[in-house]
Amino acid sequence: MAGVGPEDPFDAYGVGDRVRDGLRAYRMIAAMWIRSTMAYRASFAMTTFGNFAATSFDFVAILLMFSQVDELGGFSLPEIALLYGTSAVAFGLADLMIGSMDRLGRRVRDGTLDTLLVRPVPVLAQVAADKFALRRLGRVTQGLFVLGYALTTLDIAWTPVKALMIPLMVCGGGLIFAAVFVGGAAFQFVAQDASEVQNAFTYGGATLLQYPPALFAKDLLRGVTFVLPLAFVNWVPGLYVLGRPYPLDLPSWTAFAPPLVGVACCALAGLVWRAGLRSYRSTGS
Amino acid sequence: MGTGRLYAAVAAGGFRRYATYRVATAAGVFTNTVFGFILAYTYLALWHEKPHLGGYDQAQALTYVWVGQAMFAVMVLGSVGFEEELIERIRTGDIAVDLYRPVDLQLWWLAADMGRALFQLLGRGVVPMVCGALFFDLALPGGPLPWLACLVAVALGALVSFAIRYIVALWAFWLLDGAGAMQITWLTGVFFSGMLLPLNVFPGALGDLARLLPWSALLQAPADVLLGEADPWATYAFQLTWAVVLLTVGRLIQSAATRKVVVQGG
Repeated sequence: MAGVGPEDPFDAYGVGDRVRDGLRAYRMIAAMWIRSTMAYRASFAMTTFGNFAATSFDFVAILLMFSQVDELGGFSLPEIALLYGTSAVAFGLADLMIGSMDRLGRRVRDGTLDTLLVRPVPVLAQVAADKFALRRLGRVTQGLFVLGYALTTLDIAWTPVKALMIPLMVCGGGLIFAAVFVGGAAFQFVAQDASEVQNAFTYGGATLLQYPPALFAKDLLRGVTFVLPLAFVNWVPGLYVLGRPYPLDLPSWTAFAPPLVGVACCALAGLVWRAGLRSYRSTGS
Repeated sequence: MGTGRLYAAVAAGGFRRYATYRVATAAGVFTNTVFGFILAYTYLALWHEKPHLGGYDQAQALTYVWVGQAMFAVMVLGSVGFEEELIERIRTGDIAVDLYRPVDLQLWWLAADMGRALFQLLGRGVVPMVCGALFFDLALPGGPLPWLACLVAVALGALVSFAIRYIVALWAFWLLDGAGAMQITWLTGVFFSGMLLPLNVFPGALGDLARLLPWSALLQAPADVLLGEADPWATYAFQLTWAVVLLTVGRLIQSAATRKVVVQGG
């Protein structure tokens, strides 16, 4: 980012500078929270394990299902584990980075958002790093375990391209989920105590992607492919890795689209965030 | 004011308190509906693979999904209720003030929690259920009797849910921080209530164990009564037994905890 000059020569403080400042502030606030967490190491270890255990339960549910059946929607356990693992890690990373965004509604309600507005630091960075919870590594770890299980048990002919797909899914997927978090937070400028709506898209989306797309109605698939492009987190690229067609007619190059979709989603979420922030009226209390 | 009327007023207060958050309730309904859809499709695939799994046919399995979403907020599966507040009062010492009031601590919180449960049933239970019935073929009973029988099971389940969470909250007298205890309760609750998967789908001994534990009173019991899969009277007896046992344990811990309280002056 440092090499990029300001876009408008008359405006010395351009988008690049703002992003750099925001990232720096984010790093500092997050580091502060990590230091405060590490003051109670035993508590940190316990809550991280709790996070790990809690997020393991939906995979336990899948294991219980497979104690009764051999495949689900035509998919074997390792295949579902691949979808699960990539969805869980991508979501876990977004949750770790900016999972605190859902507290925005509370801040709008109780007026503490105002204190963030007067600081000379981008508000998004402050909200995103607020109460940065390192224990959320538990979710990422759990996802990595399942992903590891999938990669070691899957019976597919690995090619360099297919192998490259895994980190691509995790990073691109993380960006897509991050955009959902930011968009959801922006929605709370309007709705204030509707953080559960955000859960429907974040946690609900992550849960949805843990199962094969063939299970779901075509309209739902169209919605999460073309409207809210969650399908690009792992379904579209994942089915390419597994050598299976996506239920909707998509050209095969779309399997490589996740990073692009992720960046586009984040740019859009940034615009929505700015619109939300501009519409903010303090409660005055 | 008679004691009965006092607790009725507390319950009404609990109801009104949650009724205030209309947007949050609507948001909760939306989330429960979204999760209901996701679960319904996975159950469809599961029951397609193995029809009559766990003794349910496909329509019954789908009904179970939506009963689960309706019970999610009522039974406090996956969130926290009054216990968070009670733990905070214990931690800060405000509990001393509560103990000096001429009301019973357990009954007070029970009344408030029943008011909350009733609101959640109406506010967050009905709409997802209706939504599920519109989009899927559910095995809903025709007459009013099974619905009434189910409501009784829901009420008893709410009682068990309260009794469990009251015990958890009281641990704060010794632990001072309830976060860990709440998390463990939440985890076991989600797992053993049948929120992830109906308990009759659990394999072998794990399934048998799950059906004996108190959490099966929260979701599996009312669902089976509604589906006509369980004898209502036997179900009530099971739920009532756990309610009495857990409420008694809660009371014993309460009296032990009360003796422990040291009221600091100042």
